Amino acid sequence: MTETGIYVYAVSRDLPPAAMEGVEGVGGAPVHLIEGRGLTAVVSPVSLGEFGEAALKRNLEDLGWLERTARAHHAVVDAAAAHAVTVPLGLATVYRSEDRARQSLGDRHEEFDQALSRITGRTEWGVKAYADLAATGGERGAQDRGDQEETSGARPGTSYLRRRSEQRQTEEEARHEVLVAADRIDDELCDLAATRRLHRPQDPQLSGERGWMILNAAYLVDDERADDFREAVVRLAGERPEIRLQLTGPWAPYSFATEEEAWTEV
Amino acid sequence: MDRSVSVPTPRPPTPARGQRIALVDLLDRLLAGGVVITGDVTISIADVDLVRISLRAIIASIRPEMDRVLEEGDDVRDEPIQGVVVREDPRP
Repeated sequence: MTETGIYVYAVSRDLPPAAMEGVEGVGGAPVHLIEGRGLTAVVSPVSLGEFGEAALKRNLEDLGWLERTARAHHAVVDAAAAHAVTVPLGLATVYRSEDRARQSLGDRHEEFDQALSRITGRTEWGVKAYADLAATGGERGAQDRGDQEETSGARPGTSYLRRRSEQRQTEEEARHEVLVAADRIDDELCDLAATRRLHRPQDPQLSGERGWMILNAAYLVDDERADDFREAVVRLAGERPEIRLQLTGPWAPYSFATEEEAWTEV
Repeated sequence: MDRSVSVPTPRPPTPARGQRIALVDLLDRLLAGGVVITGDVTISIADVDLVRISLRAIIASIRPEMDRVLEEGDDVRDEPIQGVVVREDPRP
């Protein structure tokens, strides 16, 4: 028989027990709550055969397992966040017993309390920007070719090299331009947000996106400014045809669960 | 398919809770976010090699179109022939 551990998804304040009834955690296990000093941990039992140290190390690198676990983790966090202010914990935070989980959460009470206060009344929104430089590059390329035909007296080799050099310069300028535009988009959104965190650009193989990712940011926005924030994203998205914006959310405040000093470089 | 909404849209994007979200957006948050407390099982997510995860994802989801873009993208740019270069996919 495999040992059972306790998976901790999140810590909430004032989470009504009824809110989590029927919610399933990883492996379909029923979620329950551990109360302590005014905070509530959202947990479920897991097999240490799957979530023990050695197994976890292996499983985390299996994309199928990672996806199932990430989605299960998110479903629980999302359900809690829909009912109460909730700080998500890192993926696969596992204890050997409920007592150990309770003890550890008690030790970190102050930190959770501060985190909960920091995110109360605020929601995380994600904004991603992609530049489609192929489109603009193609147009400019066509223009260059037109110019070229008019000056066809030049030696083909020389004009090819010159054309290549001009093309490179144009591409370089286009890249610089969209990066400046991405900074401006980020600045405007930062003005509407309580705080912002940058995530690393996504791997196109994972995202399936072909454009060049020029912004991958999470913004913590006061709930009363959420409409303004969304409207700003729509407005900014209409400004430049070669830049596409995607808004995601509302998210539980994953990106803002820890203080800024603790954000790891991404 | 996911709850990311491309803008501009006819109406302001109001993604709803419960829609299927993109795994990559979720991993951004789950692997870099959340309160990290040392559980009894002391593996740190930071130890997980994301490069290897990405490689596995590539192997798991071979997309011929994407492969072609990756293989030929730079060649096409350097092609001294003007106009759009269209190549036939040699695969059946």
